[in-house]
This record gives sequence, structure tokens and C-alpha cells, in this order.
Amino acid sequence: MSENTTAVRPPTAEQPQRGVSALLGSAAGRNTGLVVALVLLCVVGVITAGDRFADVDNVLTILRLAAVIGVVSVGMTFVITGGGIDLSVGAIVALSSVWATTLATQAMANDAHWLVIVFAALAVGAGCGVINGVLIAYGRIVAFIATLAMLAAARGLAEIISNRKTQIVNVPGFTAFFDASVLGVPVLVVIFALVAVVGWVVLNRTTFGRRTFAVGGNPEAARLAGIDVRRHTVLLYTLLGVCCGIAAVMLVARTTTGSSTHGGLYELDAIAAVVIGGTLLSGGRGTIAGTVFGVLIFTTLSNVFTLNNLSISAQAVAKGAIIVVAVLLQQRLARRSGA
Amino acid sequence: MTTTTAPLLSVRGVVKRFPGVTALGGVDFDVRAGEVHCLLGQNGAGKSTLIKVLAGAHRPDEGEIRWQGEVVSFDNPTAAMSSGVAAIYQELDLVAGLSVADNVFLGHELSKAGFTRRAEAHRRTKALLDRLGHPDIPPDRDVGRLSAANQQIVSMARALSRDGRLLIMDEPSAVLDQDEVRTLFRVIRELTAQGVAIVYISHRMEEIREIGDRVTVLKDGRTVATGLPARETRTADLIRLMTGRDVEYAFPPRDPVDPAAPEVLVVRGLAAGERFSGVDFTVRAGEVVGLAGLVGSGRSEILEAVYGARRTTAGTVEVDGKRLRRGNVGAAVRAGVGLCPEERKSQGLLLDQAVYRNITVSTLSAFSRFGFLDNGAERARSQELTTALDVRPPGVDRAVRTLSGGNQQKVVLARWLLRECRVLLLDEPTRGVDVGARSEIYELIRDLSVRGVAVVVVSSEVEEVLGLADRVLVVREGRVVHEGPAREIDESRVLDLVMEGTAA
Ligand SMILES: Nc1ncnc2c1ncn2[C@@H]1O[C@H](COP(=O)(O)OP(=O)(O)OP(=O)(O)O)[C@@H](O)[C@H]1O
Ligand SMILES: [Mg+2]
Repeated sequence: MSENTTAVRPPTAEQPQRGVSALLGSAAGRNTGLVVALVLLCVVGVITAGDRFADVDNVLTILRLAAVIGVVSVGMTFVITGGGIDLSVGAIVALSSVWATTLATQAMANDAHWLVIVFAALAVGAGCGVINGVLIAYGRIVAFIATLAMLAAARGLAEIISNRKTQIVNVPGFTAFFDASVLGVPVLVVIFALVAVVGWVVLNRTTFGRRTFAVGGNPEAARLAGIDVRRHTVLLYTLLGVCCGIAAVMLVARTTTGSSTHGGLYELDAIAAVVIGGTLLSGGRGTIAGTVFGVLIFTTLSNVFTLNNLSISAQAVAKGAIIVVAVLLQQRLARRSGA
Repeated sequence: MTTTTAPLLSVRGVVKRFPGVTALGGVDFDVRAGEVHCLLGQNGAGKSTLIKVLAGAHRPDEGEIRWQGEVVSFDNPTAAMSSGVAAIYQELDLVAGLSVADNVFLGHELSKAGFTRRAEAHRRTKALLDRLGHPDIPPDRDVGRLSAANQQIVSMARALSRDGRLLIMDEPSAVLDQDEVRTLFRVIRELTAQGVAIVYISHRMEEIREIGDRVTVLKDGRTVATGLPARETRTADLIRLMTGRDVEYAFPPRDPVDPAAPEVLVVRGLAAGERFSGVDFTVRAGEVVGLAGLVGSGRSEILEAVYGARRTTAGTVEVDGKRLRRGNVGAAVRAGVGLCPEERKSQGLLLDQAVYRNITVSTLSAFSRFGFLDNGAERARSQELTTALDVRPPGVDRAVRTLSGGNQQKVVLARWLLRECRVLLLDEPTRGVDVGARSEIYELIRDLSVRGVAVVVVSSEVEEVLGLADRVLVVREGRVVHEGPAREIDESRVLDLVMEGTAA
């Protein structure tokens, strides 16, 4: 192309972005709306609650609360990016927490090793995920319906197993491990960070992640490109199931109980965090960093409200407003940066 | 009414910018009542953008549009339509889930006292479809269940239903076969006789010659020539105006296939219900086999069945002597079969994703170690291919959605050229691609066959099938009615075979 009449300017945004600074720059750029929202919330927190908000212990509390729903949300990001949805996450967390804390499991854990509890929770989560995935991919049941069924069934099963009683955990090794801190950071928060980092790497740097975008963006094109879309779908739901298992372990550790009421409304919290983070609900576009911001925004919001002794109902109203504002902000900024 | 000499539409200095790209950098041209005005230009020259500006789908950044002598600004498609401008877009814009009749009258529903007049809408839709030579399309059928070609017919019916004074058609013939193009031309002649003006876009020179009155050539978003007589201007001159260079518009010469070359693909007795049956053919290493036939004759279905993407009721497919599992794409892919699908948008592209991701999606394992992708290598290989195919603008990080139709087609093709296939099935590989890039694609297909790949090509352009293939299969109504060397048959004979018995 040597002609001098060319109207096609070489676009500057085209250059592949290399290096950590470019990477951080673009990630921050895409998440500006979320960062602004989070900062605003913190300002409100400091103004209304002062030192009670801006306190190391309080910040750690926020992070500890964010950790559990955060792990679920990272898994949810994969499923939604892959064109699906999962309404059963809260129920799976409840079932995993109950199954991992039955008297029998606890006895085994005390005899053998406290890791038995962890494995039990992960296995139950993975199992539920596989069932969801198989029903959706091979049974061709719409994801919304299949996981709605799982929601009902898993919570029901949790109630049967626990007899609607709260199961207290009495496995000293388990509680000690998860209560600890690494360099001042609670283990639960470290787990969340690890899950988020691994999630980011898998989504953005591996063939599995790339296929997830393809399957969510255009399933027919993905199939004709040679991707086994059904198998991939099962893997996505299984991955989310495992995340629910991890979340169950964390929740059991934090509350020292297993209960069929654990994980209430997690499905809505996780979906909301994922969507305000910038992941497209129709699939094909997803961001782990955005999801992490989404989770932090919601958790901080609850914290500010609790510190000000405001009711749960007021929190719900604010949550609704925040979803709308964050999404609007996000759209404006994304358009301006030409992304 | 204006006199015939005063232009119906006149465009001066129109500019349209997208982020990072100036799609139109100053376009001038006039359209007179009753003429067929052809727009020519390479892929990405700005033709589709221009017609979207004219039809009110895009707002120009600069410039002036006069309609019957008055300066107008069409802020939205409704404004354009109420002035009498209707458009058939390159990318179909029908609403799946609604019926054919609902789509035709979408936005100008027939109603009486607030109630829709369904019977009347059906009657008029039927009349329009008859006029377009398609009484077979039921007005109450869900548009989403029609083939691409029939959807194109419905878009045309929709544009006609507007009774416009100016009808703009963006590559209407790309998904039509020769017979349907003939019907389209008949309708165009009827319209121009009534004084309707047509703006016609196509990459096929023969069509321009046959239907066009005047030609305007766009290059890189600017008018480089306007008002050329469509019949008298030499093809070589038009191509030079479009590309700025001389393009060899010919098929590369081919050596005869080695008769001792192994048979790579063997298809025996393949059948799928009523769609096709008794399909037998073999393709040797290094051979190109062409499938000719009407749109809807079963050509694409046969390819999809060989690829395992469509259920078959009988027959076998063997690659390198090994039988493939039926209806299993994974098995075909593992055996080294690739399919470049017919419809780029619904079957091929991940529209919101970057060009390089679209190209490497079926070759990911070649770019990964332990599941981790090598982004740099992906970009580099994609860049090589997009350069070879002249994809414009050149960057591989651009979302495919922002590319022009022909350039999107090149991206789908690049995906399959990248993959080292044993058998490559190409369904309309050059749909919407300009003449310059076409010869590149023909070269690349030939290179593949020289390297020993077995290639099957489906095309609605008989000339392309005959020029590319060593052997030709003619498909009619789901059966192979002729098989023989490409050099022993000519275009008119193929057309006879294709049409025989379909008139009944
Ligand atoms: N929505 C968009 N965003 C960004 N760039 C765009 C958009 N639409 C078109 N372009 C760019 O504008 C230029 C002109 O595109 P256009 O679709 O008008 O080409 P065309 O002449 O119709 O080509 P083709 O023959 O391939 O259909 C191209 O460089 C294209 O990439
Ligand atoms: Mg176009």
C-alpha cells in the first residue's frame, strides 16, 4: 500500500500491548468506572463512620466477607463468559457445607486429617457442577431451568442431611488452619487472591480460556471450528461447582458451622458482581479483574451500611442503585476510551 | 417530478470516521431517476458505509446530500424511507422469530383502527415473493428457519414493499445463484422502467456489465471516478481504478493430478433424509474437486455431513483409509478435515473478538504449551496471513465486527489456511471478496493442493468451480448428476445440468 491518497490511518490503539505497565494501564482504563465507584464508597464510609471504617481490622473484615462470594463470582465469570448462567451456586455452597460437616465426615476428619472436610466439600461442589453441565450440554435443558432445578434440589438435600440443624464444626486442625494469617493477611483472603489470579491466568492465557470466549461468543462457529462445545460446557459448570466447594470450605471455617441456610442469595450477588464488572451477560466477553472490583464494591457497601446501623432493606435499595450507576459509568468510559 | 437530467440524489464531499479509521474521506456522486448506478471498490473501500449514510443508518461527519435538489439529513432509517430511500444491507437485518410477512412490513405495519391487517400483509407479501420468483417461501414461516438465500429474497421483498424512489442494494447477488440473479435483474428492469433509481453493489464484473448504466469507483473512501458508462468501460481499467494496479484476473494454471496419488477422502453412499442421498466421491491428495449446483441443491449440506456437523442416515466417510465416526465434528477434525463454512457471520466468526483470535481459534493447540497460549506467535502467524490476503485495515487486534464484509470473509478463510489440514472443505470461499484478493485466494488454494492437501470447493459461480477444480461434480436436488474432469466441460453445459428438471 504505497498510495498517498490512503484514508486508512494506522490506528494507534492497534499495537499489541506488551509489558506490565501497558497491561495494568489497559486494565485500569477498562475498570475506571468501577475504581471510581469503589473510591466514592470509601469516601462515604470515612465521612459517615470515620475511624470505625478506616481501620485495619474493618478492612480485613470487608476482605474476609468478600472472599467467600468472590470465589463464587470468579467461577461465575467463566460460566457467563461461556454463554451460560448458574442459579444454583448458593444451594451448592449450602449442600457442600452440610455434607462436609456431618458427624460422619467430622469423625473421619478427626481420625485421618482435617483435609477430609475440604475434599468432601470440593467433591460435592464438583459433582453438582457436573450434573448441571451434563443436563445443559447433553440434555439440552436451558441453563436457567436446569440450574433452577439444582437450586431447589440441592438446598432440599442439604435440609434433609442436616435435618435443618446447624452443624457445629469441631475439628481443631481445620479451624486453626483457616483462622491463621499469612503476613497479617487472613488465610481466607489469601485463598480469594489465589483463586482470582489463577482465574485470570486461565481465562486470558490458556486455550481453555480462549475456548470459553469462543463458545460464549458464537457456539455454532466454535463447534464448526472444531471445539467440543458440549464437553467445554460441562467443564465450565464443573469449574464453577469446584469454586462453590472452595467457598463452602471458607464459609464453614469463617462461621465454624455447616448449614442448609448458608449461601442464601449468593446466585444474585455473584451474578450482579460479574455483570457490573463488565462481563457480558450474553457471553463472549468476560473480565476477572472487573468481577473482583464488583465483589469489593458490594461488600464495602454492606459494611458502610452496617457501620451506620442501616437496615438490610436500605442496603438492598442501594445495591440496586449501584448496579445501575456502575453500569452506566462503565459504558460511558468504555465508549470514550474507544474500547 | 424532476426531469431526467437533474439528479434524484446527489452526494458531495461526504466524510465518515470511525475510531481509528476514516471509512469515507470525501465521496461525490449523483444518481438519476431510472438508472442503475453501480458502486465498485475493493473490500473496505467504503461502499457499505456509504449506503448506510444514504439510508440514514449512519450520520456523515461532513458533506452534503441532496435529495431531488434539496439538502437533506436523514437522521435515521425511518426518515430516509419516508423520503423514498430503501436499502438492502450486505449483512442481513431480519428479525428471527418473526414471520416472513411480519419482517416485510416491520416498521410500516398495515393496520386499520389500530389492528394489524394480517391477511392483507400476507397477501401482499405473497405477491412480492411471487414477483421475486419465490412463491415457495410461505409468508407465515419464521425467518430464522429460512436459508441465507431465501432470507436475502425476504430482505428484497421488504425493500420493495416500501415503494421507494431509490433502492440501494449492497451485494444482493452474493448469496444467490445464477437463476435467482436473473430474476433479480428482471425485477430491477421493471423498477427502472417505472423511474425508480437503483444503486447496485457487486464484485462481479459481468453483473455490472449486464445491469449497470453508470459506474462510480471508490478507493480508500474516496471517489476516484464517477459516471463511467457501465458497458463501455474496460474491465482492466475499472480494476486499475479500484486497486491502483494491474491485476491478473485469471485462474492460476494447474498441473494434472498424479493418478497414483493416494485417495485421501472417500465418501460412499452418503445420505441425509430428504436433503441428499447416494453421494459418492473421492478426492486424491493434491486434487481440487468442485461442487456446482443451485443454492439449496444440497451442496453445503454434503460438505457439512462430511465434516460430521450434520446427521447422516446412511453412508460412510473415510479419511486416509480410516472411517470417521458419524455426526462427530471432533473425529473429523482429528483426522485432519477442515470446513470453511458457508455463512461467515453465523457459522464462522466471533464478531466481537480480535482478528487474530478468530484466525487461531481452530489451531489453538499449535500455539500452546501445557495449555498456555503464546500470544506473540499467534499474532505473528495471523499477521502473515492477513497480509497475504490483503485484509484491510491491517491490524490483527481489531474486532472483526469493524471489518468490511469481504475482509471478514478473508478472516474466516485465513483460519483454515492456517490449519494444516489433510482435507479442506471450502464453502463459497470467495463470497464478497474483491477481484484483487480473489486471485490471491486462488493462488493460496493452489499452493495447498500442490502441498498434497485434498480440497473440495463449493461455489455458486460456475466459472470459479471450473477454474479452480481438477474434477467437477454437479449436484441437483440432493443427487450428484454429473462427475468428470473440469477441462472437459464448459460453463453452459454445467448450467444446463444444474437447471435440468428444476423448472418443473
Ligand atoms: N462500525 C465500524 N467501526 C469501525 N470501522 C468500521 C465500521 N464499519 C466499517 N468500518 C471500516 O470502514 C471501512 C469501510 O468499510 P465498508 O464496510 O464500507 O467497506 P465495503 O466497501 O463495503 O467493503 P466490502 O466490499 O468488503 O463489503 C473499512 O476499513 C472498515 O473496517
Ligand atoms: Mg460492504
